[in-house]
Amino acid sequence: MKTIEKNKIAKDAVCDAPNMQESGENLLKYLIVGVLFGIIFVKAEVVSWFRIQEMFRLQSFHMYGIIGSAIAVGALSIFLIKKFNIKSLKGEVINIPKKEFRKGQIIGGFIFGLGWAITGACPGPLYAQIGTGFTVVAVTLLSAIAGTWVYGRFADKLPN
Amino acid sequence: MEQFIEWITQPWPWWVAGPLIGLTVPILLIIGNKSFGISSSLRHVCAMCAPANIPFFTYNWRKEMWNMMFVFGVLIGGFIAATFISNPETIVVAESTQRDLAALGITDYSRLLPVEIFNWDNLFTLKGLIFFVFGGFMVGFGTRYAGGCTSGHAIMGISSLQWPSVVATIFFMLGGFITTHFLLGPLMALAGF
Repeated sequence: MKTIEKNKIAKDAVCDAPNMQESGENLLKYLIVGVLFGIIFVKAEVVSWFRIQEMFRLQSFHMYGIIGSAIAVGALSIFLIKKFNIKSLKGEVINIPKKEFRKGQIIGGFIFGLGWAITGACPGPLYAQIGTGFTVVAVTLLSAIAGTWVYGRFADKLPN
Repeated sequence: MEQFIEWITQPWPWWVAGPLIGLTVPILLIIGNKSFGISSSLRHVCAMCAPANIPFFTYNWRKEMWNMMFVFGVLIGGFIAATFISNPETIVVAESTQRDLAALGITDYSRLLPVEIFNWDNLFTLKGLIFFVFGGFMVGFGTRYAGGCTSGHAIMGISSLQWPSVVATIFFMLGGFITTHFLLGPLMALAGF
């Protein structure tokens, strides 16, 4: 326990140096989860522009079923983690940052919805679409990065 | 084995895919105390490549490398699914959707995305400007302004019972509904579909 605390302090002290502890095999597990996630995205056609159109036209239950059941499983998992005080693999107490309400959730949310209906993709599917061979979506991704940058540049001037 | 391959190459129903996507929430919490969220990766790219002394992008992005690994994995997962276990049939969506999209000029269901829109030939045309450049920009700008996307707000946020995420999700959907029903038709006509 003491060594863990020592490591943590050491880690914080060199926070601007490349974080060696987080690189390599420790990061590999996130890659693996991402791969599985990407496979599910494609196999369930969540990445399909057609499916997003079907959803926004209220012509199929498919996407609502996916998002709804994902929320149900997520909520049940978080309930169980809290109830049984399940710790992370490193033994830490599970910490979920609180989301504060801001006007951005309304304005930004609406703007994202606009982009979602046009591109047929939220950020996750953008990556998966490129993987499936629609390499031109890399342009969409670059533009999304540009959009994020422009938000960051003018964040203090926008209503928040 | 043949049956398994046939089963796995077909499109997966929502009641298989949805719960599996939901499991990402506890898996990320348990393996590293990480909150599920994908749009943050766009911010990390900005912080890595072009922070430009903007306070919003000057933070220790190295601590967020897990998120970049995750999204890189999503890309590889897309490749694996499309290369090894892809569905040989055309995409099947509701007949009403097919009718609506045919009216907009979209009829090719041979691949996951309509090839009439998503191909390199469209890049320097009005189609490319609208669907890749404008659409992508709105996704990146909107998600960051909202503080999350479908994963961070709709799934992670609502799962952890945070009402601001419910508000965000309602406005994601509202933006999508209005765009689909009132904006997409004129935009596509403008682009020459």
